[in-house]
Amino acid sequence: MESTIRGLAYVVGDAIDTDQIIPAEHLVFSLNKPDERRMYGRYAMSGVPVDQQGLPYGHIPFTDPDQYLSEFTFVIGGVNFGCGSSREHAPFAMTEAGAKVVIAESYARIFYRNTIDGGFVIPFESHEKINDQIRTRDELELDTRVGQLTNLTTGQEYLLKPLGDVADILNAGNVFEYARQNGLIGA
Amino acid sequence: MTITEKIISSHCGRNRIAPGESVWVDVDILMTHDVCGPPTIDIFKREFGEDAKVWDPEKLVILPDHYIFTENHHANRNVQLLRAFAEQHDLPHYYDVGSPRYKGVCHMALAEEGFNRPGSLLIGTDSHTCTSGAFGMFSTGVGNTDAALIMGTGKIWLRVPETMRFIFEGELPPYLMAKDLILAVIGDIGCDGATYRAMEFDGESVYSLSMQERMTLTNMAIEAGGKNGVIAPDETTIEYVRARTDHDFECIYSDDNARFHSEYRYDVSRLEPVVAKPHRPDNRASVIEVAGTRLDRAYVGSCTGGKLEDFEAAAHIIKGQEVVIDTYIVPATTEISESLRSETLDGMTLWDVFVNAGCKMGQASCAACLGGPPDTFGRMQGDEVVISTTNRNFPGRMGSKQASVYLASPLTVAASALTGLITDPREVLV
Repeated sequence: MESTIRGLAYVVGDAIDTDQIIPAEHLVFSLNKPDERRMYGRYAMSGVPVDQQGLPYGHIPFTDPDQYLSEFTFVIGGVNFGCGSSREHAPFAMTEAGAKVVIAESYARIFYRNTIDGGFVIPFESHEKINDQIRTRDELELDTRVGQLTNLTTGQEYLLKPLGDVADILNAGNVFEYARQNGLIGA
Repeated sequence: MTITEKIISSHCGRNRIAPGESVWVDVDILMTHDVCGPPTIDIFKREFGEDAKVWDPEKLVILPDHYIFTENHHANRNVQLLRAFAEQHDLPHYYDVGSPRYKGVCHMALAEEGFNRPGSLLIGTDSHTCTSGAFGMFSTGVGNTDAALIMGTGKIWLRVPETMRFIFEGELPPYLMAKDLILAVIGDIGCDGATYRAMEFDGESVYSLSMQERMTLTNMAIEAGGKNGVIAPDETTIEYVRARTDHDFECIYSDDNARFHSEYRYDVSRLEPVVAKPHRPDNRASVIEVAGTRLDRAYVGSCTGGKLEDFEAAAHIIKGQEVVIDTYIVPATTEISESLRSETLDGMTLWDVFVNAGCKMGQASCAACLGGPPDTFGRMQGDEVVISTTNRNFPGRMGSKQASVYLASPLTVAASALTGLITDPREVLV
């Protein structure tokens, strides 16, 4: 896990479900083949209704049309981020687009689990609602060791919740590395 | 301890566990399908090697069901990948597309094929895997990575959830179905009201329900964020399971002094037909409140509302009349599809009831419940307003971000199909 992550914020609303993160019609692409997996970067967050894509004003695609990479490093959500289906394609798509961190007030458990076990975007929780304080394209800096988030654009600072015992899996890289390090599967 | 705690405990080799603990458990059944199976297999091969063996082929069930009847070549390729993997590993429980073994929607097929057994622990790469909990077992959905780890080791780590208890009492009126009960619960506690928790359904009204209706309750536990839904087994459960498998099983019950996170009580005789309005499953309204809303389409199908009893309920209302909006009938499994052609209502097969009413008949699969490729049967393509027996109505769920989806019981959907307006089933039930 990188100790300091810096980049631009992409802000969305509450209850962003996995169909909004990656619409089901795109799940046909291989997550393995390079020419197909990049399509997940192209379509990441594309199911969010257009007027809510990149708050507060909306109408900002996460990934520009015909591109595979997003300019955004942080996704900022509200409550119950990642609700809906179990598709691991959701955190995969965010990561494939280039995002490194998601910060929300709360998560749906399968999405949360997938981000950790698969080693995708790092899921931090905020103590308070922040998707009405941070604006899309604000520049953020996160110290992942202590959960200190700084909005470099506004100067506001937030202390995020500790990652807790899942930090062990995050630090290992993914659940397989964690399992190997702990002798649960053979090296 | 609760049922959920006891089952997790028995699968991690401990006598006692408490909510909040994380434990590694042994998995009895791993289920996957055509959307998450191929990426799971990719990760399995990456981590365990190209020629690695599945931990126990008897415990792996692969049920292609999502994108089956489509021209999309990537989707078709994914089914071929499953087929090749099943051949390579000589998997006994692969239900191939285009073969007589093809079943359709995985959660219903697990029940029909005898993989749902009281006391067992089942993990699937699908959020609605919680459906199986209707059989007094632990079941939950996971992603590809967790599934790949199970495929290689038979193990998964689980955090023991607290249990919320929902007690339904009273006699269920003929105009209500399990779908109304679970939509009421989700409306009360919200889409994240049960996050990280087990939802145990209890009470005389629950035990008066068939297994099919019980599965509607546990199926939608995930729509409240629940980790699993569970119903203690009874004679109805045992009878269903015995008819489907010779495998042994163990009935497990919550202790009288089990600790619950919270308890909710419902007198079902006082509940009303409800819908979940666009665009959230917790956006509950009584049908009366939204009656008269103009509709473009009606849809009966999916793991939530595509079971034989769902079609029996719909047929009871539609029989002898004509639908006035596009109405899609999609049986969850091939077994249900065959039953539509053999079960009769007043001398007419259910299939003919729907065909004569002008409904569009689909093949067993997930179909438009989750949108899918553009040529998916019944998929929303524009700004349609649809009333559906499915489980989710977030933006774009049924294929088009512009569409509006109302979730309702098969009775309410059928009544609405006859008028083209959201209609209370009490107006048409005789």
